[in-house]
Order: sequence, then structure tokens, then C-alpha cells
Amino acid sequence: MNAINQSGWKPEMQPAGEGAAPATHTGNRALMLGEPLIFEIGDSATTGVDLAEVPAGENRLAGLARTAPIGLPGLSEPETVRHYTRLSRQNYAIDLGLFPLGSCTMKHNPRLNEKVARLPGFADVHPLQPVDTVQGALAVINELAFWLIDLTGMHGVAMSPKAGAHGELCGILCIKAALEARGEHDRRVILVPESAHGTNPATAAFAGFKVEDIPATPEGRVDLGALKARLGPDVAGVMITNPNTCGLFERDMKAISDAVHAAGGYVYCDGANFNAIVGRVRPGDLGIDAMHINLHKTFSTPHGGGGPGSGPVVLSKALSPYGPLPFTERHADGHITLVEEETVGDRHPDSFGRMTAFHGQMGMFTRALAYILSHGADGLRQVAEDAVLNANYVLRSLADTLDAPFADSGPCMHEALFSDAGLAEGFSTLDIAKGLIDEGYHPMTVYFPLVVHGAMLVEPTETESKAALDQFIGAVKAVAARAKAGDASLKSAPHFAPRRRLDETLAARKPVLAWQEPAA
Amino acid sequence: MRYLPLTPSDREAMLATIGAASIDDLFADVPAEARLDGPIAGLPLHASELAVERHMLALARRNTVAGEVPFFLGCGAYRHHVPASVDHLIQRGEFLTAYTPYQPEIAQGTLQMLFEFQSQVARLFGMDVANASMYDGSTACWEAITMARRITRRGKAVLSGGLHPHYVSVARTMAKYTGDVLDTRLPSLAAEPDTDALIAAIDGETSCVVVQYPDILGRIGDLSALAEACRANKTLLIAVVTEPVALGAIRSPGEMGADIVVGEGQALGVGLQFGGPYVGLFACKQQYVRQMPGRLCGETVDAEGKRGFVLTLSTREQHIRREKATSNICTNSGLCALAFSIHMTLLGEKGLRGLAAINHQAACAAADRLATVPGVELVTPAFFNEFTLRLPQEARPVVRTLAERGVLAGVSLGRLYPGEAALERGLVVAVTETTTTGDVEALATALQEVLA
Repeated sequence: MNAINQSGWKPEMQPAGEGAAPATHTGNRALMLGEPLIFEIGDSATTGVDLAEVPAGENRLAGLARTAPIGLPGLSEPETVRHYTRLSRQNYAIDLGLFPLGSCTMKHNPRLNEKVARLPGFADVHPLQPVDTVQGALAVINELAFWLIDLTGMHGVAMSPKAGAHGELCGILCIKAALEARGEHDRRVILVPESAHGTNPATAAFAGFKVEDIPATPEGRVDLGALKARLGPDVAGVMITNPNTCGLFERDMKAISDAVHAAGGYVYCDGANFNAIVGRVRPGDLGIDAMHINLHKTFSTPHGGGGPGSGPVVLSKALSPYGPLPFTERHADGHITLVEEETVGDRHPDSFGRMTAFHGQMGMFTRALAYILSHGADGLRQVAEDAVLNANYVLRSLADTLDAPFADSGPCMHEALFSDAGLAEGFSTLDIAKGLIDEGYHPMTVYFPLVVHGAMLVEPTETESKAALDQFIGAVKAVAARAKAGDASLKSAPHFAPRRRLDETLAARKPVLAWQEPAA
Repeated sequence: MRYLPLTPSDREAMLATIGAASIDDLFADVPAEARLDGPIAGLPLHASELAVERHMLALARRNTVAGEVPFFLGCGAYRHHVPASVDHLIQRGEFLTAYTPYQPEIAQGTLQMLFEFQSQVARLFGMDVANASMYDGSTACWEAITMARRITRRGKAVLSGGLHPHYVSVARTMAKYTGDVLDTRLPSLAAEPDTDALIAAIDGETSCVVVQYPDILGRIGDLSALAEACRANKTLLIAVVTEPVALGAIRSPGEMGADIVVGEGQALGVGLQFGGPYVGLFACKQQYVRQMPGRLCGETVDAEGKRGFVLTLSTREQHIRREKATSNICTNSGLCALAFSIHMTLLGEKGLRGLAAINHQAACAAADRLATVPGVELVTPAFFNEFTLRLPQEARPVVRTLAERGVLAGVSLGRLYPGEAALERGLVVAVTETTTTGDVEALATALQEVLA
């Protein structure tokens, strides 16, 4: 039974004007509770922990004992719990509703994952314990690495990158190291499609490459002919997102890879959209040399309001020797060792080195492994199928409501792309987004990808029921109708969120980035 | 499958709406040779919650849990007691399952928390502003070096031998590709940090000096003279703090003249977690804010004049600036920043100072006790909660033997600096409020027996 709200119940709203809600003494509105800053309600004498008193006496602090006040407010435990609980209620979250943020894969975060990550055997283990005392932790890394390789059909995997962009950097450094090993120092150019995530060009530039655009075809895919024409002895490789950010599978991916390889370059794939193909397509079969996997997208680890993520990078045979330290090695007797700096000389001489302290995002590995084992081979395939089905259902259901520039380019993958064409004069994508907030949704990704005017990128994910999608589709239709009719009240949406539209220009012009005591 | 709400009849109805005969039609753009016809080989089929939990528990049991044995490891990751309410609050779905606050009207919870976090970090470090977090201390340290390069337009960074070797290693990896020059040195088993050598290394090409405080051996030294030497040469002083609890007891790097302070926030709220996820702290003086990496949360007002918070100064960032961004960082460490911030709020200034005092006192007592073990010598006369011992023999095998006896004795410098004979007898021991006198006695006794 997954029908929600079949009775047609709606929250009742006070009409404006006569009988409008009165002002309240506190400024709160029942469950809409404002909350001051900790600096405004706490003080330096209050603490929410019980600590033994230490008699002041001798210290060994080299004469550097802290004397000046730090200015850190404290709250008692009940005040602390209330403060953060109140703050939490001003957030939208997957747990509250559909979160169709394109390219972000906001799927349900299973609580089993949270439970296993908190087992003391994982949560309370130090990264520098002797390896004999952390065989279980190393086994988690090793097992997850094995399944990531299996699912992608690649040769190796670098587990330590901390997030997607860090994974991109890992892949690009592998390419650079491989080129240097070949003595090809003149390959300075990385080709990136205009529709790429901003991290792609930023990563390539960080590693010292020159970034050039790859042209797209009118149907929203890489222009293979133009790409081939640009390849040459100065090109180090390409960074391609597949499925791409227009929501389309790059049909020519294998041909692209072959052409890049023939010209002496490498193929980096941005794996942010792996959810669309997991269990159905192996990137290794498409000739890809490196691809990061956002465990916080495809493999359901929580986004946490902006991290922590985790970005393991699967590597082809050609790039595997250059991957970063440390990594695990499983021996015939089942014992697992860590290859760190000390052993690198003989075991992994071409590694480009270390990218982060310790071993990567262990807490994300345990969650992702629990997720992979929960779904299994059949479940993961179903994940991709349902994600793609849900996105196509949204695309076709809204194709008469919003302009879908690539609707004729074939089925979409896990996300559906719309533009702002057809809205009334003066109305924009932003208004649709803010109107959806009033309808109880987090908006889709807006103004990305840049190749579409006023882009709206909808990624429902596989964890939404048909009833939930139908309700969302209804909401988009209602808001779009207001935008087409020129409903002025939409321009000032959201009306019902904890805040109205916020002045971002003011924030940037006069940055206030830390709390200051008000002038007396 | 418990995470998938669509029913077979839903799927049929939806395919009909789409106008597709089967799900395979939706994958028509995938070339036939790349399509898998059935479930991927090797991976078992789906499993129940109970079965998965059993598997994970079996793996977890193969690790020695820090809290179950006498435990003395530090070196960039510290075991502190985390109040129960911290983990309860970060598991609220509205925090746990939210995205980066790109729609500020419905993300004020995360945004206000980030503003409070930034303010706490800035004050703790004695800086004007802090960002909304980085991946961890090691990557924050490298980002600080690149920031100093952008500000000074010089390409050489001088790194203290007291800087965590993994942090040095990360910088070395990155510098190979960016062209930055790193002037590095090893630590020595000396009582004092290498301040004089760092001052001597500053020249006209030096963008920054990077110094850890307290350093990898646990030593603390006044940064004022170094800051003065940096200022005189228009070089930036970057201080790295891997144990933020220390700043409840000792002066902040900002008070001593640091320009950028970065660190690892794991010690507060986050837990050991075998090395990650952790939370990178990044703070600097106001004048450098536009060269900072990462996300920044700022105060503003909404259309009705109500105070609210937004991500701001995003013209530094990759999603706007693309290849000209100050960093490629996107996702950072929001939930760990929340854990840090809640723990810091529970402590408050009073609690932080009290906690630091307990740590320091316990460490002093432990250092004195361990120094009575025949042949063992305390290398570091001044320290916060972590100190270095010189053993009469190579420390790494001793640590392994002690682990077999159920005592996690500390971090041997041989683990961190393999092949460095001058350091191989060094053992770095961390003591926190979680360490009991019984733990110290157990270590002292076992160490004496192993060394005998």
C-alpha cells in the first residue's frame, strides 16, 4: 500500500485579510518556532557537561597558558537539545518529503546504515592502531573495494578520496602521473563539455591543465565528430559525465573512449550520475579509465546538510598503478595489510602519493557496504531501473506543462531536464522553485546545466512511490500554471517557509561571517 | 526490496504513461555490447536487515575497540568522551538527510548552525572568520598553502618538522602537480619545536611557514617570534591545530600572530571512526576572506526584514567560477561540523577550559609515571595532552607486542616515519579525560615487562 493522501485531505489555511492570523507575543506561530543564536542565549559560565574540578596548580604549558577569554557560549543540556531541535525543524530533508535535486541523488538514507556505522568496532577504532587490531575495518575497505570494482567492471579502486571533487582530483592526478611516466609532458589540455559540473573544470585547472570546451549536439550529447577533430598530441584526456547532466546516456561513449585512447589520451568519467546505470551497465565496458563514485549519492550515505561525502575512484588497468596511498592488500590466508609510505617502494612504486591523512571515509564505507549487501545484485539493478522509470514518468507527465528541450532525444536516464521557455513575461525558474517550496517540496536543481536557459533538473530517485510522484507532478503543474498566468503572488514566494526570499546581494556586499557582540 | 516503494502494477502503469513497452526500452540508448542482461555476477542477491547486520557485526568484532582497552593513541585523532545528546541531535532526519543549503528559505537550520560553527571556530583559533568546514585537517592544511600562494604570489612553503607527516605527505603529493616548492624537514627527538630553523629558512620566495601547535610530538612552543619573522618578510604564518581541545588551555595561534589557522576538528563530537569522516577547520584574518576555499555562510535579511543566513561569496567557488575557482571543493563535512558545534555548545567556555585542564593534568601524571619505567625517558618537557617518550629500543615492535597483550600504547614514530633510525625509539602517547589511572598503570606495567 503506497497511496498517500487518497482522501484528498489538505491543511486548512486562513484566508488573508478579514480573520487573518493575529500577531503573537513571542513572534512564534505554534510549531513555527524561531531560535536565537547560541551567542545570544548562552554565556561563558554555563556548561552542559559535568566535569571534575581540577585544582589550579603547576602546568607544563611552556608559559603559554590561556588567559584571555575565548568568547565561547555554553548551554545546559536541555537548552542545547532544544536549540538544535528547533533549528532542525527549519530544514527541509529527504525524511520530510521528495527532494528532486538533479545530479544530487537525494534518495532515502536507510537507518540500518547508521546503526552499523555506530558499532563500537567501527566507530571507536583509531586509524593508527596496529593492523592486527583492525582487521575488521580493513576487511570493510577491502570488501567494499571489491564490490565497487565488480559493479563497474574496472581494474582497481582508490578508496581514500573524501568526496566527489576529491575523487575527480584523484582521477586527474592518475592521468597526469601516467602521462609523466610516458614522458608526455606536452599534453596540457583536458576537454570538458559545457554541461559538466563546475568541479570538473576546477579540478583540471587545479592539477595544472588547460580546460577547453567540448561542443554538444543539438540533442544534448557530446559531438563525437567535433571531439575527434580536437584530439591531438596536446590533449591529456576528457572529463565526461555519463549519464550526462542533461539526463541523457552518451550513446557514443565507447566510440569517444576509443578515439581518445587512439589519440593517446585518457577518459575520466564523472560518476555523479552512476545511480542511473548501477547494476545495468559497467563503465569498464565503455572504455573509461577513471570514475569517481559518490557514496553519498548512489550508495545512500546521508548528505548531512553538505557532507561528509566519500568519493572512491575506480581505475582502468592503465591507471591503477598510479593510484594513491594508502590501500589494503588481502593475502591468501585472509590477513589484510595496509600499503602505506613505508612499503610503497617495492609494492606500488608508481603511486602518485597520499591525498589525505589516514584511510578515507571509513564511516561512509560501512554505510555503503551495508547498502550494497542489502540490495544485492538484483536490488541494485532494480535501483537503476526504478530511478530511470521515475524520471521518465516525471518527464512525460510534465512534458505538456514545462518545456523539455531534450524530450525528443530519447528516454532520459535518472533525471529530467526542463527549461523556463513558456513562462509569462517576468517569471523565471527561480519563481517555480520558490513556489514549490510553498507546496512543501525542496525545488529541483535550478540554472544547471548551463546549456539550457533557466534549467530545471529533476531527479526523483528510486525511493519515491508513484503516489508521491503524482502529488509532486500535480504541484509542479499548479505552480507552472501560476507562472504562465502571471500570478504576482508567485513572485514573492515562498510565503509559508521559515523565511521569505533572502537578500543574497546584501550578504555578499557586506559579509557578516561570524557573530559579533552588538555595540553597547 | 525494502528500500523500493514501486509495486509491479505501479511500474506497468508508469510504463504505459511513458509509452514504453518495457523497462529495457528506457535503456535503449545504452549500446547493446555494454548492457548487462541480468544481475551482476559475483554480488549476492538482496539480504534482510538482520542478515546484513550480522555480517557487519562479525566484521566489527574483528577490531580492537579503543574504549575496551587501555588506549593511548593520538597523532591527529583523539579519543574524547562525546556527550550522548550530540549523536542524538545529528541523527535528526532534518539534519542528517538535508542537502547543502542551496535553498536558504528551507535550510535555515543548517545555515544558522554553520554560522554558529564558523563563529566558534574563529574564536577558538583567535581569527576573524572561519569557513563552513573542509574534508579534514590534512586537506585544509594543503588548501591553506595554496591560499598563501595566491595572496603572496610566492611559491615556496616552509613546513615545520613538527607537522603531521600525513599532512606533509598530502602537501607533497599536491605540490608535485601545482609547481609549489616545499621546504620540508624531519622532526627530531628534541625537547623544543624547530622554531629557530623555520625562521632561518624564510626568504624572499617564502609564501608561508606551516607550523603545528601542539606539534606531532606533542610539543608546544611560542609562535610569536616566528610570526614576527614572517611579518617582516611578508610571509604568512599558517598554524595547524590537530587537537582543538588544547586551545582550552593554551593561547590561540591568532593571539600569537598567525595569519591562517587550520585544523582537524575530530576531537570534538566526531569520534575516532578509523580516520574518517572528520572535519577540517579553516580560519583566517578578515583581509584574506576572498581568497578562502570552501563554503561560507553569512548573515542577511529576508524580504520581511527578518534575520536569516545564506551561503555567500560564492564567486570564489567552483560552481560559479569553474576553472578559476579558489578550490575544487564542493561537498565538505557539514554533519561533522554540526557534531563539533553541538559538542562545543555543550562544553561552552567553562567546559572547554575544564576539559582541557583535566586532559593536561592527566597527561602530566601519566608522563611522570611512564618516565619511571626503567630505560624510558620523557622527551618533551612541555606538552598539552600528548607527549613523546624515548624507549631503550625500537618502539614499533614494542607497540605491536603491547597490542597483543591488550594495551594500545600509543603511536610509534616508526609507523609515521618508516626507515628513520633517529626516530625509531620514539613513542607518542596521548592521554585524555577517557584515560583512567588504571589504564596508565596497565601501560606502565606492561611496558616495563616488555622492555625487561
